[in-house]
Amino acid sequence: MSLLIDRLWQGLLDTLLMVGVSSLIALIAGIPLAVFLVTSGKGGMFEAVRLNRLIGSIVNLFRSIPFLILMVALIPFTRLIVGTTYGVWAAVVPLAIAATPFFARIAEVSLREVDQGLIEAAQAMGCRRRHIVWHVLLPEALPGIISGFTITLVTMINSSAMAGAIGAGGLGDLAYRYGYQRFDFMVMLIVIIGLVLLVTLIQLGGDKLAKAMNHRT
Amino acid sequence: MTGSITSIRQARNTHEAEGDQSSHALPYALAATTLEHAETHIRFQDIGKTYSGEQGPVRALHGIDLVVRKGEIFGIIGRSGAGKSSLLRTINRLEQPSEGQVLIDGEDIGRYGTSELVALRRRIGMIFQHFNLLSAKTVRQNVELPLKVAGVPRQERQQKVASLLKLVGLENKHDAYPAQLSGGQKQRVGIARALVHDPDILLCDEATSALDPETTQAILALLRDINRSLGLTIVLITHEMEVIREICDRVVVLECGAIVEQGPVWRVFGDPHHDVTRTLLSPLQQTLSDDLKAHLLTQPLRQNDALLLELRLNGTNSREPDLGLLFSALGGQLTLVKSAIQRLQGRTVGHLLVSIRHSPHAQEELIKRARRIFDDVEVLGYVAAD
Ligand SMILES: Nc1ncnc2c1ncn2[C@@H]1O[C@H](COP(=O)(O)OP(=O)(O)OP(=O)(O)O)[C@@H](O)[C@H]1O
Ligand SMILES: [Mg+2]
Repeated sequence: MSLLIDRLWQGLLDTLLMVGVSSLIALIAGIPLAVFLVTSGKGGMFEAVRLNRLIGSIVNLFRSIPFLILMVALIPFTRLIVGTTYGVWAAVVPLAIAATPFFARIAEVSLREVDQGLIEAAQAMGCRRRHIVWHVLLPEALPGIISGFTITLVTMINSSAMAGAIGAGGLGDLAYRYGYQRFDFMVMLIVIIGLVLLVTLIQLGGDKLAKAMNHRT
Repeated sequence: MTGSITSIRQARNTHEAEGDQSSHALPYALAATTLEHAETHIRFQDIGKTYSGEQGPVRALHGIDLVVRKGEIFGIIGRSGAGKSSLLRTINRLEQPSEGQVLIDGEDIGRYGTSELVALRRRIGMIFQHFNLLSAKTVRQNVELPLKVAGVPRQERQQKVASLLKLVGLENKHDAYPAQLSGGQKQRVGIARALVHDPDILLCDEATSALDPETTQAILALLRDINRSLGLTIVLITHEMEVIREICDRVVVLECGAIVEQGPVWRVFGDPHHDVTRTLLSPLQQTLSDDLKAHLLTQPLRQNDALLLELRLNGTNSREPDLGLLFSALGGQLTLVKSAIQRLQGRTVGHLLVSIRHSPHAQEELIKRARRIFDDVEVLGYVAAD
C-alpha cells in the first residue's frame, strides 16, 4: 500500500515536472514569438512581412499535428537533445515544442486586442518600439496572457498523460499501467481525482491572477 | 452662451491665483491681437496625404498651406472625413505627409531620423478623444511613463508627476487606475501626461468630444489656462463649435482635404464665407423660427404689415448694436424678433432680426439708414398684422 502511495506521489511529481518545465519553456519562447507575430505584420512596428508569414506557417504546422504523432515524429530530435527517449526529461522536449506555438497563438490574440490608440499615444509621447512592447503591449495584454497560460498548463497536463502512456512516467503512466493493464479501478480513480483537483487548482489560480492583473473595470 | 463664457472665465480665475498675474490680466481681445505678430511656430507647406485604402488610394489632404503662430490656440474644423486628424497628425509625424513639408520652428521634421523624431515628440504633447490611458498603470505611472522612457531619474520624475497632477487637479488620485476615474478626470490625466516633458506644442484631437458639457467647460478652462501660463501653442480639432468659439484664436475650415476658409475666430464665425462653414456653424446660428417662416410674406398685403429685417455685424468695423440709434434712425414701431449677437475676441458679431411697422420712411430709405449702424442689412419679408 505504501508502495502505491509512493508511486502515486512520484507520478504526481513527474507530471508536475513535465508540465512545469515544458510550460515554462513555452512561456519564455512563446511571448517573444507572439510579440513577433503581432508586430511584424504589414504596417506593424517591426514590419517584416515575409518572415512573419514564414514563422506563422511554422507555428500553424506544429499546431496542426496531433500531440501523439508529434511525439513519435520528434523521437530522433529528443534523443539528440536529452540522450534518451524514455522518462520525464524525454517527454519535456515534445511537450515544450507542442506548448510553445499553442501558447504563442493564444498570447497573440491578447496582444492583438490591445487598443491601437494606446500604441499611438505611446508613439506620440516619444516611446521607442521596445518601450511600446515593454510598457504598453505586454502589460495591457497581461490578463489575457495569464488566462492563455492557464489554458496551456491544463492542455499540457492532458498531453503529459499521453506522454506518460508511452513511458514518460507521471500520472498518465500510472493510470495506464494500473488502470488499463491491471484493471485496478482504485488507482484509476485516485489518478482521475488527482488530475481533476490539479486542473481545478490551476484554473482557479490562473483566473484569480488574471483578475488581479486586470484593471480595466 | 454668454453664461458658458462666464463660467470658463470663472473657472480660469480659480487657477490664476498662482499664475503670472500680468499675462493673465490681459483682456481677451488684446491677447488675441498681440498674437497677430507672434512668430510662426508650425508651417505646413503644400501638404498632401494619400492613403492606400482597400479600394485604391484615398486622397485625404492636398495643397495645405498653413501657419500656426507661437502661443496661439488654433482650431481645425470640418466635416467627418475632411482630413482634420490627418493634418494634425503630421505635426508629430504620426502621419507622414505624401507631399510637402511640415516645418516646426523652421525645421523640416520630415528629415528627422528616429532619435530626432523621438526628441521632437517629447516637445509635442497630444491628447485624444478616448484618452488612451494605459489601463494596467496607475494615474501616477501613466503620467510618469514619458519621463521613464526618456531616462529621467526617479526623483525628478516623481516631483514632476506630483506637480502636474496638482496642476490638473488630481492630487488625490495618484494611485487610482484609469478605470476608476470619470471621463473628465481621465482627460486630466491625459493632459498631465501630455505636459510632462514641458512641451511647447499641444495637439488635441477631439479632446472634449467624449465629455459632457460641464466637464468640457472645465477641460477647456484648463487648456486655456495652460496656454496662457505656459505659453503653449495648442492645435485642436473639434466638432463642437462652442469649443472653437470659446478658446480658439484662429480657425481653419477643411473640406475634402483642402482649406476652404481660415482666419480669426471672430471673422470666420461672425461672417462665414463658405457654405461648409455655414453648415458647421448652423447649430450656433439662430435662424428664423418655423412659425415665423410659415407666416412670412414676400410682398406686403396690407399697409401696416411689418417689414422683417436682418441686421448683421461682422466685426470688421468694430460696430456696436446701438438700439437707441437704430430706433431713432428707423422710427415707427420697432420690435426685436430675435437676437444672436455675441462678443468674440472683443468684437461684436452676429445678427438681429427686427420688425418695423408704421415707419415714416420708405423701404429703401430704411435699409440705407440701417446700413449706417450695421454692416449688412437684408429684407427677409413681411409679417402680416394680426
Ligand atoms: N489609415 C488610413 N487608411 C486609409 N484611409 C484613411 C486612413 N486614415 C484616414 N483615411 C481617410 O482619409 C480621409 C481623412 O481622414 P481623417 O481621419 O483625417 O478625417 P477627419 O477629418 O479627422 O474625420 P473625423 O471627423 O471623422 O475624425 C478619410 O476619407 C479617411 O477615410
Ligand atoms: Mg478625426
